[in-house]
Amino acid sequence: MKKTLVEATINGETVEFLCEPRQSLLETLRDVLELTGSKEGCLTGDCGACTVIVDGRAVDSCLMLGVEAQGKTISTVEGLATQGVLSVLQNKFLEHASLQCGICTPGFLISAKSLLDRNPKPTEPEVRYALAGNLCRCTGYDKIVKAVLDAAADIRGQDKSKSAA
Amino acid sequence: MAASTTTGNFKVIGTRPIRHDGVDKVTGRAKYGADYTFPGMLHGKVLRSPHAHANIKSINIDKALKLPGVKAIVTGKDLPKAENKLEQAGEMTINPMYLSMNILAHDKVLYDGHAIAAVAATSPHIAEEALRLIEVEYEVLHPVMTVDVATKPGAPILLKDLRNKEEGDKETNVAQHYQFKRGDVAAGFKAADYVIEREFNTAMVHQGYIEPHNAVGIYNSDGQATIYCSTQGAFDVRSLSAQVLGMPVGHIKVVPAEIGGGFGGKTTIYLEPLSVLLSKKTGAPVKLVMSRSEVLRASGPTSGSKIKVKMGATKDGRLVAAEIWMAYEAGAFPGSPVGAGAMCIIAPYTIEHFQIDAYDVVVNRPKTAAYRAPGATNAAFASETIIDELAEKCGIDPIDFRLMNAVKEGDAQVVGPPFKRIGLIQTLEGVKNSPHYKSKLTGKFRGRGVASGFWFNAGMQSSATVNIHADGTASVVTGSPDIGGSRASMAMITAEVLGLDVTDVRPITADTDSIGHTDVTGGSRVTFATGMAVYEAAKDAERQLIERAAKVWEKKPDEVEFRDGKLHAKGNGVPPMSIKQLAPRFPRTGGPITGRASVNARGVGPGFATTCVDVEVDPDTGKVQVLRCTIAQDAGKAIHPSYVEGQMQGGTAQGLGWALNEEYFYDDKGTLRNSGFLDYRMPTCLDLPMIETVVVEEANPGHPLGVRGVGEVSIVPPPAAVANAIFRAVGVRMTETPMSPPKLLKAMLKHRSSTQHSAAAD
Amino acid sequence: MHAINYEAPSTIDQAVAILKEHGENARPFCGGTDIIIQLRAGVRRTSHLVDIKKIKELRTLSFDAKKGLRLGAAVPCIEISESDVMRKHYPGLTEAAHLIGSLQIQNRASVGGNLCNGSPAADTTPALIALGARARVVGPVGEREVPVESFVISPGRTVLKPGELLVELLIPAPAPHSSDAYLRFIPRNEMDIAVVGVGASVTLDGDKVKAARIGLGAVAATPLLETKAADVLIGKKLDDANLEAAGRLVSEVCRPIDDMRGTIEFRLHIAAVLTRRALTIAAERAKKI
Repeated sequence: MKKTLVEATINGETVEFLCEPRQSLLETLRDVLELTGSKEGCLTGDCGACTVIVDGRAVDSCLMLGVEAQGKTISTVEGLATQGVLSVLQNKFLEHASLQCGICTPGFLISAKSLLDRNPKPTEPEVRYALAGNLCRCTGYDKIVKAVLDAAADIRGQDKSKSAA
Repeated sequence: MAASTTTGNFKVIGTRPIRHDGVDKVTGRAKYGADYTFPGMLHGKVLRSPHAHANIKSINIDKALKLPGVKAIVTGKDLPKAENKLEQAGEMTINPMYLSMNILAHDKVLYDGHAIAAVAATSPHIAEEALRLIEVEYEVLHPVMTVDVATKPGAPILLKDLRNKEEGDKETNVAQHYQFKRGDVAAGFKAADYVIEREFNTAMVHQGYIEPHNAVGIYNSDGQATIYCSTQGAFDVRSLSAQVLGMPVGHIKVVPAEIGGGFGGKTTIYLEPLSVLLSKKTGAPVKLVMSRSEVLRASGPTSGSKIKVKMGATKDGRLVAAEIWMAYEAGAFPGSPVGAGAMCIIAPYTIEHFQIDAYDVVVNRPKTAAYRAPGATNAAFASETIIDELAEKCGIDPIDFRLMNAVKEGDAQVVGPPFKRIGLIQTLEGVKNSPHYKSKLTGKFRGRGVASGFWFNAGMQSSATVNIHADGTASVVTGSPDIGGSRASMAMITAEVLGLDVTDVRPITADTDSIGHTDVTGGSRVTFATGMAVYEAAKDAERQLIERAAKVWEKKPDEVEFRDGKLHAKGNGVPPMSIKQLAPRFPRTGGPITGRASVNARGVGPGFATTCVDVEVDPDTGKVQVLRCTIAQDAGKAIHPSYVEGQMQGGTAQGLGWALNEEYFYDDKGTLRNSGFLDYRMPTCLDLPMIETVVVEEANPGHPLGVRGVGEVSIVPPPAAVANAIFRAVGVRMTETPMSPPKLLKAMLKHRSSTQHSAAAD
Repeated sequence: MHAINYEAPSTIDQAVAILKEHGENARPFCGGTDIIIQLRAGVRRTSHLVDIKKIKELRTLSFDAKKGLRLGAAVPCIEISESDVMRKHYPGLTEAAHLIGSLQIQNRASVGGNLCNGSPAADTTPALIALGARARVVGPVGEREVPVESFVISPGRTVLKPGELLVELLIPAPAPHSSDAYLRFIPRNEMDIAVVGVGASVTLDGDKVKAARIGLGAVAATPLLETKAADVLIGKKLDDANLEAAGRLVSEVCRPIDDMRGTIEFRLHIAAVLTRRALTIAAERAKKI
């Protein structure tokens, strides 16, 4: 099976890699690019553990082919921190103890980032709807929702003081 | 071990520091089992039976072996012969033959998904293609899917060697009968004013951890093997794998990776021996990862059950008698948690007369494994709805009814010595005084339900070492895989004892070569038992620090004390010395300081929880929304309150899923129809409200810090609480889980037409 | 997964040529949210995936007040929910697109793909049927239009012949005082396949029904157009008695199966309930226009 050469921008870096058409984007990220932060939970788009952002949209990378990454801009959990400095969302997850085993955390962080990038002032129902595609079995979601609402408030506050400055 | 009070002047314990592995987990850096790769690594896949019950006539692997990229294939014939007896493997009692048969079928398959062969190839896709080329000839037998079918006279027999004491040498599907009795049940019921009797059925459910099972096996030509895997118990993986593979325990090292959820389901082995077997045959590391479908079909869900409960109470609200019959699905091999269920079912209450008969029954489903308070949730669904009904008959508030009958210190358990200090009453009061319970629930088709639950919790063995570094900071090493944030608590206990900042203590989970034997992470035992070992190890380090300071000051050790994180010479004004100041003097005063402890922890404190749920029912569709939820649970002493709350909320969410929509659907051929997260319906973020927590702290006198295990009991009350809430919402008593819309709608329509009839008849 | 080939043509003609060349072995590929799962499970054994997302016409959504809506087969559902035009003129189809799964799924899946997958339980299909949508299909010998209610012929199979490609959905401009609604029943609040799906469009004349169309999902081997109940409502008010009658007639036309998502009895009951509710919502919306 011949492999295809793909070029994409992943976490801000231009990357070239080889993959077979049958390899999903998730498999490509994990096994070819060694970005194991995105996780496999179901391979049917029901758990969101593999969520990444492609051209600004959160998608289940298990249901996208690696070859489709050609020319696309992709963000994974490995790209959320900036030169080692954690994002507001990542810090809030830690403060609120929003993770227990942590396997769903990368997917939730990506979905939450995608939400806040579009809707800086979400209500609790809006947060829950946006995260409905991410399953967590450890936390009961309570502390995850609280962290996202808190992060949203924090980011709005920072933006306010930035624009006031 | 002195009993501690719940109030204490703790500096670190009771605070909420960021967990030490937190940054790795939010950046994707943390390595879970499936994240490991090694040079030359091959990928394995498992061929699984499509039949629920069949004899294997032949297996032909020739075609599959010829596929380019395939390096080795193993079947049951590659495992050493295993004996049919009970044996110790580490702390567990197992039947080696059944364990081996579950890893790879011998001459029979016993459930849809039963492993038959394993392939190692250069890519997972090639391994999968090879599976299609393996030819298996089956003689399909009639599947036995339920307890009823299994116990009918003339039922097909699953295991020809299975016997139970009562049936002598007769072939049977009943593996065990447990019985617990006290007093005189008949007399008890005579004294009752109200007697309620109902039959309950609960469907098989799965722990639902998001991370599938995984293992990387590396077998070296010197006969030493290493297994990397996500597990709740590296030492159990080691002893069970050694048993199956016929290898000495000491020749296997198990390295526990980070684990993506377990809840009891990762306390046994599936892929681990296969990874070593394939590695031995190929000379390369071999990685196996289950797909979601394999996890549901072929790991260890918990039992579906049939439970008949009859209970009696006097009209002033006193429980007087209970008669219970319960049968649990063990799956393909014996070992359902029916015994534990029997000991839990009336545990929260003082009942003078009872008889409980409990049966462990094999059926053509996967071998059940532990699931958070195994056996207790099924049991509580039955007993707590009967109790609710009795309270209603007596005209007493459901919390008050429970308060009147609740066990307290000194009361007898179903089995074992009387309770020491426990907190059931405090959890009932915790709910009663909560903002939730105090608020009025208004609106049509809405109801509020309450239920309580009990779990023994476990002690068992743990080891710990505390190393003091050259700069006065420390590491604490244990053998307890961290599934919920426990490593932070280990660091906090160490920091508290040694007066260090929690950020100056690094918690490590070590492999089976690097720490003393430690039993599984489960049974709500890590903060209790491993925490106890950590406490003792830190105290051991403290003793050594005192000896060293004494040497430096040329005093006797009993003239030195450790206080507020510093060493003090009693009496004259020698300035105190910090650990940081003493550390450079370690080499000259005797060498490095390592505190160590190993415990077989006694003094376990059982766990109690009370849960309150408000629901709204759509009267036209049977759909249930959970509007509000509160859980009160006794933690003894909450070391890290955020993670204690997390255990309470997580167990509650699983209990709500169990109550509402989770169940295994098998067709009449015994094939699992919903082996994915689409149709195995776990609650999403949109299905649940915030889960309010009341952390009760009735110190456990058996633990130096008062700790009581919190990991499990939270899952026990929700199904009954939901059933009781549904009753108050729409007047229907549900006796089946899950209480999914088709079932609830049917019950409501039946109820409506019968109340219409009786109204018409008036 | 077995080995597959992947191509991403940029014109309809190119796509049709590839589909024609490989016949039954080729399949158009859009969001992948059904096909990838099916390939992994061995349910479909396609060897050539033809990615249609680079074809401009298939990614275009355009609305004209007279001519109606042209919805390209590869427009992802999320663009529908984010479109003011869609929310205003076709709220039922929009809510169907918004229910189709998680946001991750909506960001990839398309209404065209949902239809071509041929599931009787597809969420957007009943809404399309209620709107009188037609499917424009282009093939090696030309093009044709197929009413959506005739598009799926059995579970998983459509009228598409080898070489044919669904290019766009054509939906009539909404008449004055008309609107639509889509409701489905699922046991959780998201992430489930519809146990029953009902799409309804209603045109009012004062407070009486001038026209109505009802599309049904998950109650038969294919999505259905229901005409009996719709016809019986013409000239009538949508009061409780008429809604009840409509619900009952819908139940009668349903031929659901027993499966792990619902029993026959349950589905028949729910079909009637959702019909009443969907008609009510569509009518309320129509009043405001």
